[in-house]
Amino acid sequence: MSPVDGAGISNPNLPVDPAVSEGRIPGRAEEEIPELHEVGCPPELQERIETLMGRYPDRRSASIPALWAVQERYGWCTPEGIRQAAAVMRVTPAYLESVASFYDLLHTQPVGTHRIEVCTNISCWMRGGDRLLDAFEAAADGDDENFYVTGFECLGACDIAPMASIDQRYYGPLEAAETGVAIEQLRAGDEVLPEKALARRGLAGDG
Amino acid sequence: MPHRLEKRVLLEHASEPALRTLDGYRRLAGGYATLERSYKEMEQDEVLKELEDSGLRGRGGAGFAMGKKASFLPRGDMPKYLCCNADESEPGAFKDRELMQRNPHQLIEGIAIAALAADAGHAFIFIRGEYDEQADILDQAVAEAYEAGYLGTNILGCHRDLELVVHRGAGAYICGEETALLDALEGKRGNPRLKPPFPAVQGLYGGPTLINNVETLSNVPHIVRRGAEWFRGFGTEQSPGTKVVSISGGVKRPGNYEVELGIPTRELVYELAGGPEDGHEIKAFFPGGSSSPVLTAEEGLDLPYSFEAMAEAGSMLGSGSIIVCDDRVSIPHLALRTARFYHHESCGKCVPCREGTNWTVKMLERMVRGEATPMDLDVVSSVQQNIIGHCLCVLGDSMAMPVGAMVRKFREEFEQVMEDPDLVLDPHAVVRGAPETLGAST
Repeated sequence: MSPVDGAGISNPNLPVDPAVSEGRIPGRAEEEIPELHEVGCPPELQERIETLMGRYPDRRSASIPALWAVQERYGWCTPEGIRQAAAVMRVTPAYLESVASFYDLLHTQPVGTHRIEVCTNISCWMRGGDRLLDAFEAAADGDDENFYVTGFECLGACDIAPMASIDQRYYGPLEAAETGVAIEQLRAGDEVLPEKALARRGLAGDG
Repeated sequence: MPHRLEKRVLLEHASEPALRTLDGYRRLAGGYATLERSYKEMEQDEVLKELEDSGLRGRGGAGFAMGKKASFLPRGDMPKYLCCNADESEPGAFKDRELMQRNPHQLIEGIAIAALAADAGHAFIFIRGEYDEQADILDQAVAEAYEAGYLGTNILGCHRDLELVVHRGAGAYICGEETALLDALEGKRGNPRLKPPFPAVQGLYGGPTLINNVETLSNVPHIVRRGAEWFRGFGTEQSPGTKVVSISGGVKRPGNYEVELGIPTRELVYELAGGPEDGHEIKAFFPGGSSSPVLTAEEGLDLPYSFEAMAEAGSMLGSGSIIVCDDRVSIPHLALRTARFYHHESCGKCVPCREGTNWTVKMLERMVRGEATPMDLDVVSSVQQNIIGHCLCVLGDSMAMPVGAMVRKFREEFEQVMEDPDLVLDPHAVVRGAPETLGAST
């Protein structure tokens, strides 16, 4: 009989693999909340997370904002960063990991410095969103360290389709030819496609 | 000048960049005068009655009466909460983005007045993480409102407190579902909860919670200021008021237009959004975002744009987002694109949604690749039927309704694609027989 089905627990004559059986007993070998002195959390990060926790009736509400803070500091939600946030928030790292892995904008793997999310949902797709994504990928030319290019579900800007979110700012309607310009501007640290920024657009009804 | 068909209430003065600031909001729109009057002179029940009498229906998708929802909250000393749902993630919807970007204080004033009606002491704006720019604008506006004493403790010396927190999500469509939003706000994965209990009874942190959409709450100052009768002067009996309608897809002038509810859909699409591009015709449209069953042009364009007319036609007004598909759009590819979205966004908690969205995508992929068997089309239909009504929330239904409608109404087109491999173009094919995508000529 395999210990995997748990039978060994009730029959002392059978060999039991503790790694299997103990994992099944609730409350045993649970993950511990790391102590602050163990994790080397930078003071600014600690302070920021503590401020965030103070904004809510329950400190755990700050989990998404705290993960944003970790991502901002380290570029992505690194295991060390998650442990630091967990120590400050008094929750287990696994708890924060479970939250981070649920959300598309929180990265649990390293990503490039500049994030380009190209909308490929219905309205953008009709207007060439897939081709725009291809063009951005070609323009970034495999430079994964600097650029993270991905297709994304509806970003809520169908009025400027096809569009992309570049470092959390919206641009559109974009043409394939403009992707190379945007990539160069990002490399040079210049303002990206100013005339295509959503912030500069007027109301559609104003003509 | 706005078009004669537009009726701007929420978007009045929205062309002025200064409206975004507290000074601009006060100067241009008489901002915060209604908050002041309601806090100083009105009782909770008076505000509630005005909202109930107005007949304002929720603008987030379900169209539930806002005043009634607020009246469901129990009375008593327990902590109560108000959540503004700014997670706008429905494909085709972008009206809340515009409202927050151009007039953040209107929303804050609406939240403060609604908090009075709900007797809530703590309010949250749950804004999707992608709307970083708008969240920054809200952060600044909230700081200004605190500074001016419209938020915080002892507001305007009236012995009432309201804390308002702008909470950014991190990219998950499901968080727009109200109970998933509450879980996300409590710091968990955004999974929907079993209802009942409804949030009005047991919501955030277990306390009574009122949850309303950005546009719904933005209407509140106007209703309390000018009265329920004034509000009912716009729109129809069952759909009073104005609506900011997002129009996108195959039209010349996509964008947000504020109109009276009940306006002919044709006028919205043709006169405001400019109609289809030259040489093309409208084939079908989603009247209320990607989760509303598609209507063919013949069925839908001559209907009044109202909650009741769209429901009668077997669809829904939803969030008020029209996505226009012209004659170049391949419906099977559109169905696949729609299904992929819901498959990606399904939280995985309920089997019919998790598996149903997965299998729908697989079957539709087979169809557009020309690998489907003749029975696949009926299986796709039956899968949609078996999702509807069988999950904790409506995410699965949101795929099943439009995909089911596409198969029903455009069955021939699916059969053509399945039979004729020549019709199956590259994976980016949107358009059959035309090399350019929509918008290429503009």
